[in-house]
Amino acid sequence: MMDKNNNLVEARGLTFHFGSRVIFDGIDLDLQRGKVTAIMGPSGTGKTTLLRLIGGQIRPSAGTIHVDGHEVPRLSRRELFELRKRMGMLFQSGALLTDLSVFDNVAFPLREHTALPETMVRDLVLMKLEAVGLRGAQRLMPSELSGGMARRVALARAIALDPMMIMYDEPFTGQDPISMGVLVKLIRDLNEVLGLTSIIVSHDVAEASQIADYIYVLSQGVVVGQGTPDELHQSESEWVRQFMQGMPDGPVPFHYPAGDYAEELLSRGGGR
Amino acid sequence: MNTFQQLGHGALTAFQRLGRAHLFLFAVLAGVPSLLLRLRLLIQQLFSVGVLSLVIIVVAGLFVGMVLGLQGYNTLVDFGAEESLGVMVALSLVRELGPVVAALLFAGRAGSALTAEIGLMKATEQLSGMEMMAVDPLKRVIAPRFVAGVLSMPLLAAIFSAVGVMGGYFVGVGLLGVDEGAFWSQMQSRVDFNEDIMNGVIKSIVFGVVVTWVAVFEGYDAVPTSEGVSRATTRTVVYASLAVLGLDFVLTALMFGEV
Ligand SMILES: Nc1ncnc2c1ncn2[C@@H]1O[C@H](COP(=O)(O)OP(=O)(O)O)[C@@H](O)[C@H]1O
Ligand SMILES: [Mg+2]
Repeated sequence: MMDKNNNLVEARGLTFHFGSRVIFDGIDLDLQRGKVTAIMGPSGTGKTTLLRLIGGQIRPSAGTIHVDGHEVPRLSRRELFELRKRMGMLFQSGALLTDLSVFDNVAFPLREHTALPETMVRDLVLMKLEAVGLRGAQRLMPSELSGGMARRVALARAIALDPMMIMYDEPFTGQDPISMGVLVKLIRDLNEVLGLTSIIVSHDVAEASQIADYIYVLSQGVVVGQGTPDELHQSESEWVRQFMQGMPDGPVPFHYPAGDYAEELLSRGGGR
Repeated sequence: MNTFQQLGHGALTAFQRLGRAHLFLFAVLAGVPSLLLRLRLLIQQLFSVGVLSLVIIVVAGLFVGMVLGLQGYNTLVDFGAEESLGVMVALSLVRELGPVVAALLFAGRAGSALTAEIGLMKATEQLSGMEMMAVDPLKRVIAPRFVAGVLSMPLLAAIFSAVGVMGGYFVGVGLLGVDEGAFWSQMQSRVDFNEDIMNGVIKSIVFGVVVTWVAVFEGYDAVPTSEGVSRATTRTVVYASLAVLGLDFVLTALMFGEV
């Protein structure tokens, strides 16, 4: 694609709602090739939803999303599948296929999408597993893995077809400090070595600032801040400061939208 | 909401679901041809859907046949017709109990397992994960399970009937002393291939399609939480069983009712 700029993913006026609930209200994003971009925001802002929009699993209500020059919501199913072969996605849970061993999980995309002979599949799988440090675990089943290991296997699977980009959904959640450190280093290294573009969705400020080249902070459907990690740490914006410093309440409300509290307590029955 | 609104809402939801189930079925059927290239997937599912249901089918068939032998003998002996025991046992099994009871057991054993497995794959993002790897879960996960269920059901029903006849034989001939030659020869001359056996086979094919369809759809359509999967599993057993019994009446009326 002959892009004028260097953006792999570009969203313009992206709007999305579930029923009457607005998740995104006209956001613009530019995710540069070769960089690690973090999308941050409190739980429930729609970070996972954003990844699904980029991956074409759901369609925006308005606005456009381009990935590598293709307008994702307009692609036919076949074109979308072609595009997805070049996108890796790491789900929050890892999403490993529970009836297949670690080896077969990593081999899965290769066997589905290529006609490589089994010896070559084996070599590729071992290389990918070695890259995430789990070649020794190839015979284990997903139920025998710890959460951190499962995510690394999922990562090996996501890079099996040598994609152009990887999307990580909350890669750091629920990790002990050591596997957290391993993951942070792994994500950064893979991005450099394989020349990937990485999108990390996260609410872990420290880790994301550590590896991201650029950060977007989302809240209540809009981009409330963006910049390099340093710029954001020095931001004057109250929204950004609240989030980056982890203050419980501020412009980003602690409460899910609700009616008047006193009124609800005083009214009897007939609620909802 | 008032009662009318609720009624209307319920009806709309039910029809919407029915519509989704049909679209789903067409999408699955479209994925069936590509299965020919990947027989290994189908064979795996034939094993877990069909072979693993064998034990319950054989044991249940044996008991049902034995009960038929006992009950039939007690009635027939009053008319001195106990030699027709073989015919009675065979016809009951081949026309009705084979297809119906095997389908009910199949819904409980294989159907519920299919729903739970697919629902859990959905809840743990395995289906989404496949889609993001550009693999269509309808082709890779659902189609092989559907075909395996449809192929297994008639075979299981046939095994049920065959074992049931043996059960009737043990009780009638072995325990109660019905003449062995009469037992088999009457059965042979009075059970018609087209009228009885083929009609039973047609029933079990229809039941196989319906039970498996319900099971895979409920799994695929489940709310992706533990509660959602458990509800979906219950619905599979209830809907599939009711559908089997309801359809059995319709099919019996069409096949044997001289209306
Ligand atoms: N299928 C759905 N139907 C309706 N609402 C949904 C659905 N999925 C998510 N939501 C809502 O959208 C919001 C964003 O969800 P999500 O993208 O998972 O947030 P995050 O990943 O940032 O925690 C949540 O508040 C959730 O309640
Ligand atoms: Mg999320």
